[in-house]
This record gives sequence, structure tokens and C-alpha cells, in this order.
Amino acid sequence: MTFNSFFTNPQQGSPVKVESGVAAATAFDIRSLNLWFGSHQVLFDVSLQIPVRAVTAIIGPSGCGKSTLLRSLNRMHDLVPSARMEGRITLFGEDLYSKKIDPTLVRRRIGMVFQKSNPFPTMSIAENVTVGLRLNGMRKSDLLQERLETSLRMAALWDEVKDRLNAPAISLSGGQQQRLCIARALAVKPEVLLMDEPASALDPIATAHIEDLILDLKKEFTIVIVTHNMQQAARISEHTAFFYLGKLVEFDTTTKIFTTPAQKQTEDYVTGRFG
Amino acid sequence: MTVTNHNWRKFKNAFMQTLTCVCAVLVVLPLVLVFYHLIRQGFTSLNWAFFTQLPKAVGEKGGGMANAIVGTFVLMGQAALLGVPVGVLGGVYLSEYGTSRLNWWIRFAADILNGVPSITWGVVVYGLMVVPMHGSSALAGGVVLGLMMIPLVMRTTEEVLQLVPGGYREAALALGISKWRIIVQIVLRTASKGIVTGVLLALARVAGETAPLLFTAFGNLGWAHSLKEPIAAIPLLIFNYAISPYDDWHRQAWAGALVLLLLVLFLNIGVRFLTRSKFSARGT
Repeated sequence: MTFNSFFTNPQQGSPVKVESGVAAATAFDIRSLNLWFGSHQVLFDVSLQIPVRAVTAIIGPSGCGKSTLLRSLNRMHDLVPSARMEGRITLFGEDLYSKKIDPTLVRRRIGMVFQKSNPFPTMSIAENVTVGLRLNGMRKSDLLQERLETSLRMAALWDEVKDRLNAPAISLSGGQQQRLCIARALAVKPEVLLMDEPASALDPIATAHIEDLILDLKKEFTIVIVTHNMQQAARISEHTAFFYLGKLVEFDTTTKIFTTPAQKQTEDYVTGRFG
Repeated sequence: MTVTNHNWRKFKNAFMQTLTCVCAVLVVLPLVLVFYHLIRQGFTSLNWAFFTQLPKAVGEKGGGMANAIVGTFVLMGQAALLGVPVGVLGGVYLSEYGTSRLNWWIRFAADILNGVPSITWGVVVYGLMVVPMHGSSALAGGVVLGLMMIPLVMRTTEEVLQLVPGGYREAALALGISKWRIIVQIVLRTASKGIVTGVLLALARVAGETAPLLFTAFGNLGWAHSLKEPIAAIPLLIFNYAISPYDDWHRQAWAGALVLLLLVLFLNIGVRFLTRSKFSARGT
């Protein structure tokens, strides 16, 4: 496949200096991204380098384009006929929107977890985890079995479900369903994990589970998380990007964003003066 | 003041509740009446011979409609072979692929076709098949019923596919699964119950069609030995017997109607049993 020849190992990504104080190898490199739905412009000239093997949080009030940005990273907007994009997004140096690239292959490298947990209702717990592999042509049952257990362990769900892997996925609680969705995303061995408010529909205990999980996963994955919850961003992320009205206001280390932000707007938002 | 208000509100509530209940019963009532009448008139003529023998000539006692029962199965089987794949795939196109402009025309055409009187379908297939083939045939009967099923199945398939939450499609897409696999393994599987219901409704509807069969399958007093020959069908036999002046035939017609109703009922139960979901607890 062509993407392999373009593909650079995460470890070898070029070090990029990002704004003040952020220096790390880059996973996603977003350059001058503009995005419209019909005639309505949602993102304005966004440039952002997302560092590898770390958690990058995207915060901002509703409608500021956080989710839109996240979904442009795995080409989910391809589904929306009215969406139009300008600019460039690369993942480890490879242009994700190049005409030579098959979007389904891009999406296999980029896992995604949604706000509303969405395990497939016609499938069992085990089938949900391995669905990405099976429907991409994987037949070896020992490998599927191994990947099933590894993914469920990584998602910290194995001990709770190991005795009922063939039970329907929707018999799980809300928090378990969300961890199942994370396991499902991990099973195809993505390089990056995108999370769109993964804990916003969960109670505090389930939220704590998911946050612990994210802290574990960042040792191996690059994670981009959209969140409404600023405490959550402060707890789990190394870097934070603040968006307002479709523009990137500020991107820096999380500590800096929450203690000494450079922009007045950022300070107003994180201190709760608006939004 | 507030107490009177409250009582008036309670009265309105009780009144409307009773009204909706009465209407719900009114919906079920015709079914009960039809069933009662059919059983009362037709049950006495039901016996082993009814299911195993050919119709007897006027005046002779006994006889059955084995050929018509088999004929109805043959016709419905052909109709399903034509109507289900075309209808389901057309519904998939409308829901998952089509552009809104083209979809509008396809839906418009399907809705018009759903409203076309069944005798018109019969005349059309008569012109397209019966005339060129120099005679009525089971094949023409199957084709006309299949054609009638297509718009019905297509529209219900489209509607149930639209009910599958977009989140499932997105989740599958984010796993890097190709579109056709998402449609087959995720979307159609999730909507399978609804599609089965739609197909059954369409089959039940064409099972009782008489007018289009008069032009195509025509009917047969004996067995049809190939699909190129005219074939008997329960509705055709009911029609012929019911307009005859003989009491004996009238009773046979009642029994035929009862068998047709039971056939649709058992078809429904059987298909639902076979396609029941692995996880019976789920809602959709």
C-alpha cells in the first residue's frame, strides 16, 4: 500500500517547536485549515502541531469548532456533502487529504471515540471489540482472540466482562459501553486516538475510570481529546488548545494555559468569566 | 375555582382516554369480525381432501384446492425472488448512496407505483409477457406480483435504514471499514427486523391479489406442469367460486379465504421466528 512508503515511525517524527514552551515530535501537523459547511465557515485559518505520545486537549465554548477540527483529522467530513476544506493536515509527515490516499486506510490508523457510546447492538461484547479486524478481512481466530483480550485489558474492562464475552454489548452499563468503544478502537492498533467528549455522558465514577485509562494509554498513543470539562483538561492533558468562534486563540502547555495564559480571552474562559 | 378547574381537567383527560381506547378497539374489531365469519362459514368445509385434492366439477361432492394452494406458494415465491432483492437494494441506494435530487424522483415514482390500481399492473404485464408468450403463465403471475412488491419493499427498507442511528455508521467508518461492509454488516443487520416486517407486509398484500392474476396466471383447474402454463391461485379460485351460483362452491370459497388468511398469518409467525435476533432483549 502506498501509505506505508510515506509513513514515518512515530519515534522518528521531526521535533517541532510549537509556540512558547511546547517542543515535541509532531503527530498531526495542521496548517492554515479553513472549513465550511455550505456557505457557513466553521474553522478559520487554524494552524496547530499536535505532539506525539501525549494528551492534547481541545477546549472552548459550544459551537467553537472543536469537534469539527477533531473530525477533520480522520476525514469524517467526507460524509458531509456540503463540507469544504482548505489547508493541509499531515500525520507523521503524510498528507491525509492527498488524492493518492484512501480515506478508509487513513481511518484505520486513527481511532475515534464518540461522545455517545455506540457499541453495535446486534453484536456481542467480543464481536464488538473484534469487528474492525473481522470486517477488514482478518480471519485467524487465535489472533482475534489475543487482540480481544489485549484490547479489553488496555481499556480496563477485561476483568468485568471476561466471563460474559458473548453477552450483548448493550447489556453493559453506560461507562462500560464507553470503555468497550475504546477497546474496539484500540483493537485495530491505531497510531492516534481521537476522543470527542468521551466522558460527558457519564457519572463521576465512570468518568474517573475513563480518565485513568487515558493517562495509561498516552504512554503508547497520541491522544487528542475534545472536552467541555476544564478540570478534566487540566487533569489529563499535557497541551491545551483554546478555540473561540472557529479560531485557535491559544495553544500551549496545559499548565501555562490554566495559570498564565498569554491571551485575555483564554484567561476569561478558563477562569469561568464567560462560556 | 381551582378545584372546578381540576375536576374539569380530570374529566377531559378521562374522556380523551376513553376515546382513544374506543378507536383502538375499532381497529381490531374488523379483524375479529372477519376471522369469526370466515371460521363460521369456512371451517366446516376444511378437511383433508381440501388440501390434497383437485377441484371437482359442479355437483360432485368433495374435492379441494390443492393446486391453488401450491399455486399461491409458487406465485409468492417468484414474487419474493423478484421483489425482495430489487426492493431491498433499491432501498439501500435511496438511504445510503443516492443524491437528494435523484432520490426525490425515485421516491416520487415509487409512491405513484404504490398507488397504481392492481388491475393496471395486470394489464401491463399482460401486454409485456402474456401477449408475446402467446398465453397466460405462472411466470407472468409471479412477475406481476413481484413488480408490485418492489416499490413497497423499497420504501419500507429506506425508512428503516434511515432509523439506524448515524452513530453506528460513524463508529464503523472510524474503524476503517469499507462502505459496502458497513452497509451489509452493520446497517442492514441493525435494521433487519424492520426490513423483514416490510417484506412480510408486501408479501401479505400481494398474496391476496386477484385482479392482476386474472390477466397473467389466469387460473387452472388442474396442475401446472411448468412455469409457462397457467397456474391456479387461492384468490382466483375464491373469485371464481364466489361469483358462481352453487352453494357448494360458495362454501369452498369461504374455506379458501380462511386458508389464505391462515397462510399469511403462519408466514408472518414463521419468518419472524427464523429471523429473530440473537439478542431478544433489545428494542429495535
